[in-house]
Amino acid sequence: MSISVKTFASSAEAASALSGDRTARFMGGGTLIMRAVNEGDQSFNTVVLANDAALKQVQPQGDRLIIGAGVTMAQILASRDLDFLHPVARAVGGPAIRNMATVGGNLFAEHPYGDMTAALLVLDCQVTLAGGQSSALADFLRDRDREPRGLVASVSVVRPQSGVFKFRKASRVKPKGVSLMTVAAWVPQSGGRISGARIAYSSMGPMPMRIAAVEQALEGATLDETGISNALAAATNGIEPPTDAIASSWYRKEVAPVHLKRALLEG
Amino acid sequence: MSKKPVQFTLNGDNKAVFVEDGQNLLDVLRRGVGDLSPKYGCGQGTCGACTVLIDGEPHLSCLTLAETVEGRSLSSTGGLAQGADLHPLQDAFMRHFAAQCGFCSSGMLMAAKALLDRNPNPSRDEVVEAISGNICRCTGYEPIIEAILDAAQSGAGRRSA
Repeated sequence: MSISVKTFASSAEAASALSGDRTARFMGGGTLIMRAVNEGDQSFNTVVLANDAALKQVQPQGDRLIIGAGVTMAQILASRDLDFLHPVARAVGGPAIRNMATVGGNLFAEHPYGDMTAALLVLDCQVTLAGGQSSALADFLRDRDREPRGLVASVSVVRPQSGVFKFRKASRVKPKGVSLMTVAAWVPQSGGRISGARIAYSSMGPMPMRIAAVEQALEGATLDETGISNALAAATNGIEPPTDAIASSWYRKEVAPVHLKRALLEG
Repeated sequence: MSKKPVQFTLNGDNKAVFVEDGQNLLDVLRRGVGDLSPKYGCGQGTCGACTVLIDGEPHLSCLTLAETVEGRSLSSTGGLAQGADLHPLQDAFMRHFAAQCGFCSSGMLMAAKALLDRNPNPSRDEVVEAISGNICRCTGYEPIIEAILDAAQSGAGRRSA
């Protein structure tokens, strides 16, 4: 099956083309779509591109940062405003992938990818479509694959205070490899106790997700080995990690408390 | 299937080719232009064997839609040597036995060139990071890392080509 490529000047025009064609997919950096094209994916036959400069911009807006969906991991690493996301961007692939892979694309990455999405989940991320509609990232992910597909224009995140945001990616290959388990944590403290923690995993389910059981177990706990013990015991409550070439479901469950502990105390 | 005209420079030479919708850059370079130096490894962005520089930055040509390089400047391993004179990186790879089967060498060299162009005196950790997206199944990486560090010492990053 041949592929048709349509290029538009604005993201609005591209969104319009996407909404009217179930066989169209938007391409940002190409690391997902071109891979599918190379593999002969038959689920789409049109690739939509947008040469919209706004997709590549990072802008502060109040206490939030607006990150264009076309911003690459390399752009994040070059941005002082996004320094809190540097460890996350650095964990994504090698330099060539980072020059191509975009924030928007990461929202659509299938298991075992999606490290950036896990981080965004705990940074109170809002996803804005080209039409202006916004939703919380968790809601966006739930409806991600439903038709009609929208075009993600940007995401916005809260800039964390020092020490609140933690990130850790575990893989079996050094220095870089596919994630065995990625943990992102937002752990604010009040009076020496954790209050309002947000925890997300990637590579532990079909897509990155918040882990409610761990968040509840952290509420009111101290951020030390004793304080987080209940959270570690709940590390895999309610989730069934996948088995893949990297690790079995059993293995992921066994090591999850170890990586969660490292993320919380060393991340 | 429709074809689109695309113009770019490859190793300093002007190129004009017709590309098919959905055709990746690696395919265009190898079959359309005849530059066989970038290799087809996985086609999934995993191995790095197809790495080329686009406007000086490393990209995976197998995951690059060919028509998006219109007007851009590309560099491949095929342009490293100047006649019979090897690029310092190529020379260092040879002296350090940094290639066995050689299939990864093209991508490794371009990843290393991108690093040295930006950072002429990298640390060992920076070299390891620079080639972290390139897989080698023969050497165990050590000879490659040593070769890149040696090339850096010999001034590879200060050479323009």
